[in-house]
Amino acid sequence: MNYTRTAIILHWLVALLIFIAFPLGIYMHELALSPTKLKLYSYHKWIGVTVFTLSLLRLLWRTTHQPPPLPSSITRWQQRAARIAHYLLYALLIAVPVSGWLMSSAKGVQTVWFGLLPLPDMVPRDKSLGELLKTVHLGLNITLLTLVVVHLLAGLKHHFIDGDKIMSRMFFSNKVKSL
Amino acid sequence: MKPFYLANYLALSLLLASLSSQALEYRGLLAEQSTLSFTYRQMGVPMKGDFSRFTAQIAYDPAQPTTASARFEVDLKSIDVGYSDGNDEILKADWLDTSKYPTAHFISKEITPLDNNTLAIKGELNIKGKTLAVTAPLTITKKGNTQIFSGSLPINRLNFAIGEGLWSDLNVVANEITIHFHLVTANEY
Ligand code: HEM
Repeated sequence: MNYTRTAIILHWLVALLIFIAFPLGIYMHELALSPTKLKLYSYHKWIGVTVFTLSLLRLLWRTTHQPPPLPSSITRWQQRAARIAHYLLYALLIAVPVSGWLMSSAKGVQTVWFGLLPLPDMVPRDKSLGELLKTVHLGLNITLLTLVVVHLLAGLKHHFIDGDKIMSRMFFSNKVKSL
Repeated sequence: MKPFYLANYLALSLLLASLSSQALEYRGLLAEQSTLSFTYRQMGVPMKGDFSRFTAQIAYDPAQPTTASARFEVDLKSIDVGYSDGNDEILKADWLDTSKYPTAHFISKEITPLDNNTLAIKGELNIKGKTLAVTAPLTITKKGNTQIFSGSLPINRLNFAIGEGLWSDLNVVANEITIHFHLVTANEY
């Protein structure tokens, strides 16, 4: 049994976007202020807000569509570890963009999605709050990166070492018939 | 009222009392209550900044509005563009070049009453060594024994060479910058 088509598309779309937003965040941060830096900051924020909305959609989808159960060949502690890791990943997919959004407001630059849709400033401009939220954003990102690596390695281990079908459930196969 | 204003007030009162022809006038600027701010757009984001140090001399007689005059001087180093990285950048040569041009000025040239409490104030605005003629509508409100002069003036930054070189890209920082002033004056004669 596979994940639904919608779940698969959302999963890989979000993965792709964080693989762009993450290095972009590290790179842009080092640049001296220039028009390019301002553009990259905006693109980073737009991509991040897109991750946020797609993650909300994923959560909505996840609560209405039970993922296929793991095969009983997988030990109970591994099943539990996988479940906890997935919840944490969802939490970070929300917390990372939210921390970025709040940080931007604290630094004095509102977030306007694609230059069109303004997100309200939930905190006032405040230098020390901005610095704090920047550290929070970085810390959450490092946690996210660590979990993504573990998540990826676990998938690869199941595929190449255990030889089971866990990882292929998140890919399209000709067996996919559901939504 | 701080001692500084009190001294100012007294000096001005004495000076003006000696000029018998002087009618009702509003002069001393209440710096703490007055604001000089500006709005602009950066990457589609509405931004707000302000100046913390500026002086203004305003002479206004409600009975003879056309004789009014105004003069501003803005300490450009006191600028806050709305975010801290921008505050280092704005002082540089491509932007305001404050080491060469530390102040901006406005001098009124002609004042026309529009209605009871609005004036069209025509004058010369000098920023970064460039002088351009501008006209701003000015609203006058009386509040207690203070008189408030407020209004806004849109300018195009490139006309004053504000943001040169790479920064002349108007898709990043838009050309139009609106200056908003809210000047509270006391000292009624
Ligand atoms: C999945 C979403 C996101 C990821 C993976 C991500 C990742 C990162 C990373 C790795 C950095 C570098 C941190 C540092 O070096 O200090 C960064 C910086 C930054 N992020 Fe994000 N981010 C995301 C979403 C957002 C959102 C939604 C916003 C704002 C709306 C945002 C705003 C920022 C800002 C302003 C910085 C620069 C901090 C600075 O230079 O002071 N991020 N991001």
